[in-house]
Amino acid sequence: MAETTTQHAPVRFETHPDRYVHWKLDFPAEHDGKVARLQMDVKEDRGMRPGYVLKLNSYDLGVDIELADALQRIRFEHPEVRALLVTSGKDRIFCSGANIYMLGSSSHGFKVNFCKFTNETRLYIEEMSAESGIPSLASLNGTASGGGYELAIACDEIVLADDGSSAVSFPEAPLLGVLPGTGGLTRLVDKRKIRRDLADAFSTIAEGVRGKRAVEWGLVDEAPPKAKLGEVTKRRLDALVARSTRKPFTPITLTPLEAKRSENKTEYGYVTLELSPKARTARLIVKAPTTKQPETPEELAKAGASAWAIQAFRELDDALLDLRFNHPTIGVVSVETLGDPAAVLAVDAMLAKHKDDGLVREVILLMKRVLKRMDLTAKSFFALVTPGSCFVGSLLELALASDRIYMKDSEDEEVTVATSPLNAGLLPMANNLSRLQTRFLREPERVSRVLEQGPLRTRDAVAAGLVTFAPDDIDWDDEIRIAFEERASLSPDAMTGMEASLRFAGPETMETKIFGRLSAWQNWIFQRPNAVGEKGALTLYGRPERPSFDWART
Amino acid sequence: MSTVVNDTKIPNNVDLASDKRLQRALEAWQPNFLAWWKEMGPCGFQNDDVFLRTAVSVTSDGWAHFDYVKMPDYRWGIFLADPVPDRKIGFGDHYGEPVWKEVPGEYRNALRRIIVTQGDTEPASVEQQRMLGHSCPSVYDLRNLFQVNVEEGRHLWAMVYLLHTYFGRDGREEAEALLQRRSGDPDKPRILGAFNEPCTDWLSFYMFTFFTDRDGKFQLLALAESAFDPLSRTTRFMLTEEAHHMFVGETGVLRICERTAQQMAEKKLDNADQVRAAGLIDLETMQKYLNLWYSLSLDLFGGEISSNAATYFATGLKGRAKEEQYEDHKALDGTYAMDVVKDGKLAREDVPLRNAMNEVLRDAYIEDCQRGVDKWNRAIAAHGIPFKLELPSRRFHRHIGVYAGLYFDPKGNLLTKEEWEAKKDEWLPSAADKEFVKSLMAKPVFDPKQMANWIAPPKQGIKGRPVDFEYVRRQA
Repeated sequence: MAETTTQHAPVRFETHPDRYVHWKLDFPAEHDGKVARLQMDVKEDRGMRPGYVLKLNSYDLGVDIELADALQRIRFEHPEVRALLVTSGKDRIFCSGANIYMLGSSSHGFKVNFCKFTNETRLYIEEMSAESGIPSLASLNGTASGGGYELAIACDEIVLADDGSSAVSFPEAPLLGVLPGTGGLTRLVDKRKIRRDLADAFSTIAEGVRGKRAVEWGLVDEAPPKAKLGEVTKRRLDALVARSTRKPFTPITLTPLEAKRSENKTEYGYVTLELSPKARTARLIVKAPTTKQPETPEELAKAGASAWAIQAFRELDDALLDLRFNHPTIGVVSVETLGDPAAVLAVDAMLAKHKDDGLVREVILLMKRVLKRMDLTAKSFFALVTPGSCFVGSLLELALASDRIYMKDSEDEEVTVATSPLNAGLLPMANNLSRLQTRFLREPERVSRVLEQGPLRTRDAVAAGLVTFAPDDIDWDDEIRIAFEERASLSPDAMTGMEASLRFAGPETMETKIFGRLSAWQNWIFQRPNAVGEKGALTLYGRPERPSFDWART
Repeated sequence: MSTVVNDTKIPNNVDLASDKRLQRALEAWQPNFLAWWKEMGPCGFQNDDVFLRTAVSVTSDGWAHFDYVKMPDYRWGIFLADPVPDRKIGFGDHYGEPVWKEVPGEYRNALRRIIVTQGDTEPASVEQQRMLGHSCPSVYDLRNLFQVNVEEGRHLWAMVYLLHTYFGRDGREEAEALLQRRSGDPDKPRILGAFNEPCTDWLSFYMFTFFTDRDGKFQLLALAESAFDPLSRTTRFMLTEEAHHMFVGETGVLRICERTAQQMAEKKLDNADQVRAAGLIDLETMQKYLNLWYSLSLDLFGGEISSNAATYFATGLKGRAKEEQYEDHKALDGTYAMDVVKDGKLAREDVPLRNAMNEVLRDAYIEDCQRGVDKWNRAIAAHGIPFKLELPSRRFHRHIGVYAGLYFDPKGNLLTKEEWEAKKDEWLPSAADKEFVKSLMAKPVFDPKQMANWIAPPKQGIKGRPVDFEYVRRQA
């Protein structure tokens, strides 16, 4: 399977249930509409790119974009939903994972980005359960293999039809010479807490484990006979609905983003992405609200998707994905903000005050996810704090998520940064710490000090530990130019690895292990001859020849 | 030559007595097998004395020992064909290396899957046929049914022997599971589709033994080539038994053709309604049953383009039928041209030969089927009846592979779903056809002197006995 070198059309991440090809989202009457049912029914011949057929409910990025969209809409557009059911619209198969031929024909970069995106989406299912009060159940009416079981294991509970043939399996290692890299291995031991030896055995049995043994090993929670699957699914969903902590609110509609796209520039309402392909740099600019923003949850519901807190962060999310998938050679991104800091702080104050409101909670979680997306984006981010910028509160997080913060030390103009209550733990990173806590691991007392202080001018911000370098008016332009040129000249691989190692100080969580350990190993394996060489297992899958391995281990 | 030991509970030629662990495992499995047989084996005939063939050794005369036996007392046992000295692997990446006496670890799971899939078909067919005794056309046919059934039971034993001997705890669990699945049970179906289809009339039974057991023959031929020598030896012996099952199917259909054609000529019946009114099965209906069972059986060979098939061939687990007839035993460079559907049209595509191994086997099968169909047609033609049975296109009515989900007529032309729905009752047995066929078989024939009206008597009886011999002594 040769990697394709043809230029593909840019990947776009917006869709709508009316346009879903591979998923059906509905709200069955038997649960009074309190359960969102997502049925996977992949259309074989509707892959995102040519060259592969999506057999047996296997997926590509197009399938996962629909899933991510559905989850987002369930959050905002369906406050009545109190549980999520993930199942299959096909008769004897739940899902057979990421399409092997798609992986085999994709570039390394696309594979990595694909896995990252699908990993994020799986984590969103878990976040829905943990934070939004929407626990989830995977009801497996057939075999779930590879990424199919990884999708199931992202749900709180799994039931598997015991029909003598349906199995859960991780065939990646024995069949393909790669890993179940969408969190599968990590979740076996960290989430379902399956014994490592059983997890080891499970992950090397290509055909997987069925029925009773799957229950004994903890791979699934229950394995009723096929005829009872519906009944068991309903019983468990009723229990999930009963334990849900979802709070009612007025639904809002996620309207399509408006973006003016030209060759090197995308202008959304509040976000602008400007590319300099030759310099391999980009500018990511986020503007503060310019109109009156909602002051209560009711007004927020009325404003809907046009409220700054929702619109700006949805746009930012789209821009980050655009950077990842469509602009692989961009290496360094300047993170800039523009506008009235007071307007941002007012939005933050409202959100903090009403953080227990159902809709507000969803808005804060949206911000959190987008900021995490930034943490996990393999570009060098340099925040530029200048006169006219508004790195305060929720937008200060953009600077804190950056690899460096440059703040102008100006004689004439006021340059400030400021915190808001949102910096105090409402927008945690994957390590479950706030960005301030992660930044000040060595001197934790600085966190509360920064949070208590008002706006900080450059010298105070430097003293507080918020600034990397603070060039003055005279030096600024040169310093910044040189910093970007230097950074853009360094090995992109080394920068990706270095940044990923430095960004997530502090404790490990399942999430950091998935991205920092599992994904890193997977990305290494994806480059190795044993997987993708001429005689590699992934290369030769489905071909007449058998793989031949380099047996050396370290 | 190995001898069969009959003094243990389990007749065998594998020196079971010297392997206490295996002997214990099989003796523990035996009562469960018998319980399954009593529950799911032929219903209502377990106490009858049946004139059955039992293997007493694996030589050509030894496995054809005939006597009356009650089916639950049938001496199911373990028989392997004698080993071929210095046998070498005949195909794939390990071509020319010595065959394996033990399972190589890296192929353990794949081999187990192959054996379980094959093993699952054996009890499945017994389950499918368990009510047929109550509509038998003659005592001769009743006996043949039971012969087929006990031998399918023995084939299960053969596969279970392999599972117990070479696959440890997993193998034992799979052996148990073989007794737990049930044909047609939506909760725990048999693994392959055709083995969950009901087989409740004798026309279906003959078609099944002709077409579906013939798939079994070709699977066994492919497995007889296996680098895993115990599997090769087991399947080589099973083939001798399978031949009888196909004989039952081929002669069964032949006798119906014979009877219908002969009566049509004699009574000058020239349309299906007249044929039916005379209590016979019309040839048009025969064609529909043929279409059904042939297409279901074609599915059993698996997808046309298959990575599993390529792996099985490459690793030496499963070869081609009669591999020695081919010149290139590695099959690495060749391609196979097959018709696939692209943009709504049939188009030729070259597939790497190893990935097309299922299709290679299917070709040999189709050729073999055609020989039987030709015989039936000769019988019809002998009576001057202008009707020819035909094998439909391999694309017709498929549920597995590249033609699944599409609609084709028996000639292989692509149809729309609407066209298919409008015509399918002309090509496959309709509810009314099935009702009619069953109506002919409402009453069983238990008198050895009698033969049902819709079928001709066989040319000869079993083992030199006359056709009207009392092959089954009813106890009721």
